[in-house]
Parts: sequence; structure tokens; C-alpha cells
Amino acid sequence: MKNRIRDIRSDKGLRQEDLGDLIGVSRQTINAIEKGKYDPSLPTAFRLAKALGKSIEELFDFEED
Amino acid sequence: MKRTSTLDQKRHANVKKLAAWTVAWTLSQAVVTFGGQLLWPDSKTLIVLSLLLNIGLGIGVIISNRRYLLEGDELDMKVQLESMSLALGLSIVMGLAYASMDHTNLIPFDADISHLVIFTALSYMLALFVNRKRYL
Repeated sequence: MKNRIRDIRSDKGLRQEDLGDLIGVSRQTINAIEKGKYDPSLPTAFRLAKALGKSIEELFDFEED
Repeated sequence: MKRTSTLDQKRHANVKKLAAWTVAWTLSQAVVTFGGQLLWPDSKTLIVLSLLLNIGLGIGVIISNRRYLLEGDELDMKVQLESMSLALGLSIVMGLAYASMDHTNLIPFDADISHLVIFTALSYMLALFVNRKRYL
């Protein structure tokens, strides 16, 4: 799933590690999500949205397979 | 100075507990095997007691591993579970095929459970390597 997390995170001056600490996942998980290699669970998606001050729709582009 | 997150602290604590349970279980396996053969071969009571201890510690390993997975990182849990499912599936399929090879005398030796354990461990490690490459 495509997303805009990397751009929004960078705008806020956060490192992957910082964002991971904020939402309780590893830096590797943030990296995999940003690269679209891994789709996060619903709770993690909500935590990401809250930490970055955006809605889930603003972070992710959902495309039906 | 490197920061240590709550997730890292929890992960380290769970790894230590898992390692402790695994070492204790492995030692108890040695006690069952060598104790039963060399130290108390005639005492059924001691053999059964050492076996019960071995099973109890084995259950401890399982519970500890489950906690490590559930309290760990989300992506790490996915990688571990995918690797475990592959190792389990391969072990069942290849294990039954191996047993059939023994029953039909396609192999010149007896099928041994230790071969299956080694195969499972190697499958798990290979699957873990591939899945880590894939996601991380």
C-alpha cells in the first residue's frame, strides 16, 4: 500500500527511530511501512496517524487488488 | 549515547527469559538421556521424574516464546510467524514422506526423530533468512 509517511515524518523533523518509539514499533518496521513492503495493523495505522497529526486516509492510499 | 526504547527493553528482557528457559530445557534433556542410560537405568521413578521435569521446562519454553512474539515488534512477529508456518508445513510433509521411505525400505537405515528435528530447525532458519530479506 502506497503512503506518504516518509514525507510527513521528514517535515516534522522526526527520524524513523523517533517515530517507532512514539508508536511502539521498531525502526525497521517504520522503514518497511514507508517502503510499502509491509502494511501495518489497524492499531498501528491509527497510532501512526495520531503521532503524525493526520488522518489514516491522508497517510495511506488504499487500492483494491 | 544510544537510546534504548521501551520496546527494546521489553525485547531484551523477553530474550533473556527465553534463553534461560531454553538452556534449562536443554540441560533437562541431557539429564533424561544420560541419567536414564548411565546414572539411574534401573529406577523408573527417577526416569519418570526427570521426564516430567523435561516436559515442564519444555512448556516453559513454549510460553516464553509466545510471550516474546506477542510483546515484540509487529513486523518481527509477522516474520517469525511466516517462518514458523513454513517450517511446520515442510516438517509435516517431509516427515511423513521420510517415515514412508522407512516403511517401504527406500532408505537403508531407520528414520530417526532427531533427523526431523534437525530438518525443522534448518527449514526455520532458512525461512527466517528469506523473510528477513523480504521485509527488512
